[in-house]
Amino acid sequence: MILPVFLWSDLLIYTLIASVGLFLWQLRKNPQAKKRWSGVFASKVGMASFIVILFYILISLLDSLHYREPLPQLNGVEQQEVAYSSEVKSVLDIVLSPLHSSNESTYSAPFALHSFAKENMTDTNGAIYRDFPRLKNAGSHLTDVRERSWDILWRSVLAILLGILIAAVPIAAHKYYRNKIAQGTADHSGSDAVPWNVAYSTVLIISVIGCWVLSLSEFYHILGTDKVGSDVLYQSIKAIRTGVLIGTLATLVTLPLAIILGISAGYFKGWVDDVVQYTYTTLSSIPGILLIAASVLLIDVYIETHAEQFNLTTLRSDFKFLALCAILGLTSWTGLCRMLRAETLKVSQLDYVQAAHAFGVSHRRVIGKHILPNVTHLILIAIVLDFSMFVLAEAVLSYIGVGVDPDMHSWGNMINAARSELSRDPVVWWSVSAAFILMFTLVLAANLFSDEVRNAFDPNTAKGDS
Amino acid sequence: MITSQTVLSVHNLQVSAGSNPLVKGISFEIKQGEIFALVGESGSGKSLTSLSIMRLLPEVLKITAGEVVFGQQKIFELTETQMNSVRGKKIAMIFQEPQTSLNPVQTVGVQLQEVLKLHQNINATDLQTKLISLLEEVGIPEPEARLKWYPHQLSGGQKQRIMIAMALACEPELLVADEPTTALDVTIQRQILDLLNDLRKTRNLSVLLITHDMGVVAEMADTVAVMQRGEILEQADCNTFFANPQHEYSKRLINSLPKADDFIGVNDNESLLEVNDLKVWFAKKKGILQRTVGHTKAVDGVSFKVNKGETLAIVGESGSGKTTMGKAILRLNPVHAGSIKFKGKELSGLSHSQFLPHRRDIQVIFQDPFSSMNPRMSVREIIEEGMVSLKVEANAKKREEIMCALLTRVGLEPEHLDRYPHEFSGGQRQRIAIARALAVKPELIICDEPTSALDVSIRGQVLELLNELQQETGVSLLFITHDLSIVPHLAHRVAVMKDGVIVEQGTTEQVMTAPAHEYTQALLKAVPALYTS
Repeated sequence: MILPVFLWSDLLIYTLIASVGLFLWQLRKNPQAKKRWSGVFASKVGMASFIVILFYILISLLDSLHYREPLPQLNGVEQQEVAYSSEVKSVLDIVLSPLHSSNESTYSAPFALHSFAKENMTDTNGAIYRDFPRLKNAGSHLTDVRERSWDILWRSVLAILLGILIAAVPIAAHKYYRNKIAQGTADHSGSDAVPWNVAYSTVLIISVIGCWVLSLSEFYHILGTDKVGSDVLYQSIKAIRTGVLIGTLATLVTLPLAIILGISAGYFKGWVDDVVQYTYTTLSSIPGILLIAASVLLIDVYIETHAEQFNLTTLRSDFKFLALCAILGLTSWTGLCRMLRAETLKVSQLDYVQAAHAFGVSHRRVIGKHILPNVTHLILIAIVLDFSMFVLAEAVLSYIGVGVDPDMHSWGNMINAARSELSRDPVVWWSVSAAFILMFTLVLAANLFSDEVRNAFDPNTAKGDS
Repeated sequence: MITSQTVLSVHNLQVSAGSNPLVKGISFEIKQGEIFALVGESGSGKSLTSLSIMRLLPEVLKITAGEVVFGQQKIFELTETQMNSVRGKKIAMIFQEPQTSLNPVQTVGVQLQEVLKLHQNINATDLQTKLISLLEEVGIPEPEARLKWYPHQLSGGQKQRIMIAMALACEPELLVADEPTTALDVTIQRQILDLLNDLRKTRNLSVLLITHDMGVVAEMADTVAVMQRGEILEQADCNTFFANPQHEYSKRLINSLPKADDFIGVNDNESLLEVNDLKVWFAKKKGILQRTVGHTKAVDGVSFKVNKGETLAIVGESGSGKTTMGKAILRLNPVHAGSIKFKGKELSGLSHSQFLPHRRDIQVIFQDPFSSMNPRMSVREIIEEGMVSLKVEANAKKREEIMCALLTRVGLEPEHLDRYPHEFSGGQRQRIAIARALAVKPELIICDEPTSALDVSIRGQVLELLNELQQETGVSLLFITHDLSIVPHLAHRVAVMKDGVIVEQGTTEQVMTAPAHEYTQALLKAVPALYTS
């Protein structure tokens, strides 16, 4: 039996998903919010970027189900307790198992059959010569090196066909379901607004790329290998969880601080406002990097002195990761707080808030019913913008060495390693490119999505009513 | 004075947004030296007409048919560059909102110069004298010094004068004035109207005056055209129009003007609200420790009384402190000194929670029907809020019954409960606001300019509704307004406020017919009245 491992970040991310689900459930009752959200999804860009984000989230969720495998029992020895491997795996590792297990000895270029560095080798005659050795795993099924191009082409065609087939099933099912609904109800104006064709093609593209990557990576290192010979593709996919989690968790830390402090400063004014303002002015005048670096060092010391709590490397890096999320969040709430304070100042002077006061409505209800719903657009826009900001921040922090644990796969760590790789001749470009492409796709999707959210929710740009 | 020469003629002008026609083929002519009034309520297409003449329509709107001939030129056939020389030089425009029409970071002089330089070859020494003479013409004191002022240093009326000076700078033949006085106080409005009239005479200028105010029309216009839903219903000489309006809608517009001599009798009920020497001062604070260094005296010692079932109108111009005072009675503004007695009980010293039971008795209706309702709440939630928080009715089913009855009473449908405010027009929203106030069965409603954001005909309906409700429920109204013309058939008594003090109060008849204070006299004189008897 396997032993499930619950990391704190896993629990947090699943709680978050559950609460988002609950939020959506609640949303069904509110026709206005529903209309706004359907406005987001009615745009092609919004739909496509949402599906891309969803794909990333799906990968990171798969990567957040951790377990430990039992060690094989020693021959003939009857053991009372099952010993577990100290390596913590996730469900995603099962999918990516061919990648994870096919390590080389050092750098190799994408689709290469030979190593990137020359080695001393002994030929059949026993003479020592220097050449690029064949890779252990990549292309080991080929009998002749010249077959490689055909092999790649053939396998690509197969993979793409498979990808289309896999995507076609859910798309066809969904289309059938839609037709059925449309027949049931005479009016199908609502469903027409959603650009399903864009959704289908996005799913199709993702599925084709996914299939191609998975099936080819079984035989080749399609993004090459790194210094110690492990697959770069595997690393960059594993880094998705780090990126997505740091984006969501750090944003989650900023929200309550920004919302509570910002709204109470703008609503109660007076000394509350003074305190909040002094706090965020002080905080934002300290360089964020300095605070983060200092806190990361503190956490390192804590881990060193409490080594018994962190008996697995994964536990240690997870703790460090969460601490990093918290620190990032704690240092970046000031922007949203300032905006919320200003907006609350404005909203609380409006007549409907005055009318609520005249009805003797309590402060809590005024904030909950009148202020908060009318500043939600700021919060939503900030969530999506902050998300991409934190993904990038992680890369920067890891690059300067105060980011996530070096044991944890992250784009920042990959970019950090690329410092020396890029100065080699010939250049080792694939590691940094892989990190860049995956990070770029996520951040671009998040930014495009935030644009659409802003268009739909910002009263200044929203179509129709205020 | 009026020559028969036509300055501008509009033939069958049509403007549409997509397939939706907004101006449906209107034709009119403006003669030299004439004031042509285009009258209509909001959404009737009168501003679109003026923008099409200037070719300044927003891009989504298209001129689909018709032509505009200015002098000998067909405006729609000109190129954009040619049009630029017509705009400003031949046809000039002044807008409703002088606050936003001037650039706040440039001095008045620089902005005036810009217009002159653009359209006229003029050297630097002449420029200065020209600027000064322009400002003198529009009645700005110390023109030389004012040229160096920034817009925020000028009052609203002065800004509108500057706008007029800018419009006149290039000696246009036609002046398009789009609601030039709507944003201004009555006394200032009077001055601006007089100025326009003088300029028309001295310069033999034609004016296209766009307005919704029949009083202004009666006083200013030579010819009147009434617009409704993109069509001109009636076009006539001003005197003939008012003497014998042809169209039903024109009659309604004229009748919506309250008669000035129709007063309500005063009753002698017991007093409900007594305000004595009320002061609302706002502290001016300075320094790190926020020391109080002085006070802004928004309301400085006012005393008045509202009887049961009676309406007291508080009249004053903007900045006179009337709204501040209303909010102070509601405890939305802090009271500095003085007493507020409601049914003999002192309210001013009460704490927040002690005041809570009285919130039921005193309610409020605000000026702007668009900001007085939370856009994210349904009508049901809006009306219910007060009933729940003031514990008027605990039973949800009974609450629903009350709400339905209220909506029907104010002239809406019970089905409207689950709609959102943005689905209603301004007048309907104001009805919802009235229903909201009535839901808690108050004894006094403070109406803070409830009709000033509404169209004339709607204004009449809302006032009528308030009158009826007062007769049915015996509720007292404290009616805050800047519009003296609606006072006579609405209020039993009037108090005139200026600079935070009440300068005169008495029965409506007394104040309106024999004003004692000179400010009241000035106010009354400034009201553009239909029946100047």
